[in-house]
Amino acid sequence: MTAQSSVTTKPSGAQSAMRLVLPVIVFAAGLAAWELVVRIKEIPPYVLPAPSVIFLTLIKDWAVLSQSLATTLLTTLEGFVAAGIGGIALALLFNQSKWVEYSLFPYAVVLQVTPVIAIAPLLLIYLEQQTAVVVCAFIVAFFPVLSNTTLGLNSVDRNLAGLFQLYGASRPQTLRFLKLPAALPYILGGLRIAGGLSLIGAVVAEIAAGTAGAGSGLAYRIAESGYRLNIPRMFAALLLLSLAGIVIYGVLALISHLVLRRWHESALGKEN
Amino acid sequence: MVERKTSPTVEASLTALAVSLRAVTKTYDNGVMALGPLDLAVRKGEFISLLGPSGCGKSTALRLIAGLSAASSGTVRVARHEGPVQPGHGIGFVFQEPTLMPWTSVRENVRLPLRLGGIPKAEGRARADAALASVGLADFADAFPRELSGGMKMRVSLARSLVTDPDILLMDEPFAALDEITRFRLNNDLLALWRSLGKTVIFVTHSVFESVYLSQRVVVMTARPGRIEADIRIETVEPRGEEFRTSAAYSDYCRKVSAALAPSYSGQSTL
Repeated sequence: MTAQSSVTTKPSGAQSAMRLVLPVIVFAAGLAAWELVVRIKEIPPYVLPAPSVIFLTLIKDWAVLSQSLATTLLTTLEGFVAAGIGGIALALLFNQSKWVEYSLFPYAVVLQVTPVIAIAPLLLIYLEQQTAVVVCAFIVAFFPVLSNTTLGLNSVDRNLAGLFQLYGASRPQTLRFLKLPAALPYILGGLRIAGGLSLIGAVVAEIAAGTAGAGSGLAYRIAESGYRLNIPRMFAALLLLSLAGIVIYGVLALISHLVLRRWHESALGKEN
Repeated sequence: MVERKTSPTVEASLTALAVSLRAVTKTYDNGVMALGPLDLAVRKGEFISLLGPSGCGKSTALRLIAGLSAASSGTVRVARHEGPVQPGHGIGFVFQEPTLMPWTSVRENVRLPLRLGGIPKAEGRARADAALASVGLADFADAFPRELSGGMKMRVSLARSLVTDPDILLMDEPFAALDEITRFRLNNDLLALWRSLGKTVIFVTHSVFESVYLSQRVVVMTARPGRIEADIRIETVEPRGEEFRTSAAYSDYCRKVSAALAPSYSGQSTL
């Protein structure tokens, strides 16, 4: 009996440990191979810097890079907040009036399917650079919020809606007590996508603005370092961007889990 | 939909009526005639079952009485509390599914009708707790719906329909999705509640046995468009209980009701 239970529990414990350990091993092996190839072949840093060089650059240039990181993160945050508020507000407006939805939805789609990299140079002509970058982040990120929120608002249980009607709920009451809570899992899903996308939007706009000058975000650093053949700093900035993306995703996933953990299927443990 | 009793003569004839439908029909937008013409009078305090095959318009009739949809023709009258009442106050509705809000606690689910009616929070919570106690779920007020079994969820739904102290309780196949043991228990609990609260109950079901066991009157409906095939009064020693379920009188009534239902399943099928 005991042997049997240890057999059944062991793989699941080992499995979860492996899910952490295996990617780390792959990461370490990849870095080691990279370092080795660069050293053995004596590849110069302006062609391919070794991981150790990138790491040292990250420390050496931290003053510049951290400044750029802060700039990019601030842009991303502004774009994300604008996308979140704009996407949810527009979805609510669509939900209240079919006519508004019919009139505006095609343009939301047009905005979504036009590559932002093509819009960015235009925005940079008409808007101040900082504003243009935030608008780019907004354009890329707002559509998933809009479409997910719309989906959520339309997914309200028909009988629950009937119940609200029976008890004479006003529109604001129905919105607050029924539609918004029912749409919450969808909204959070949309925001999770929007977080990563607003970083992409910010980076795209910074790169587009790079040649124009005054920016100081991480993407701008990458472009600038490229022109100066400062390849280690390019990699260091890229590393920070990846980390920023991972942290944004992680934070939003955590918030989503905390908000939904008591009731939504997506956040419930498998043992239930 | 809900007409106030106006002329004194009409009032005299309706005083004892909780619900009256006269020549009511319902045709859906796609042209399907779901109901009628249907005439039905339900006295105050009566427990009646609407019994019929799937798609015969029983649920449609219930939604018309609740005011959730409008009749295509005919009149629907529902007697409600006099004096200042919140909309829907006079009617409680139990759906086929528990229809609970998964994102909030059992107590908040039960309090919902009061909250929508602007009842202060403290009073609403007290009344919600009392309603939960009446269905035997006092200890589960803080639980979330997903933590409850199917039968318990249905009890919560029942508590929610009772929390406004409605005159009329409309129940749309509320126990259809439950296992038989749970259903028998809830049948008994519902009868006990009906006896103690004295509400008018209109109970939609497709179970002959359930309808005979529960109600004073079984109204058998035909297949679409739903009309009344038979109106059978169930008379037995009250309060009825488990012994009624095994009595000869019970099986006689079941046979009689089944016979009234027979044209629906022997005739040409519309399903």
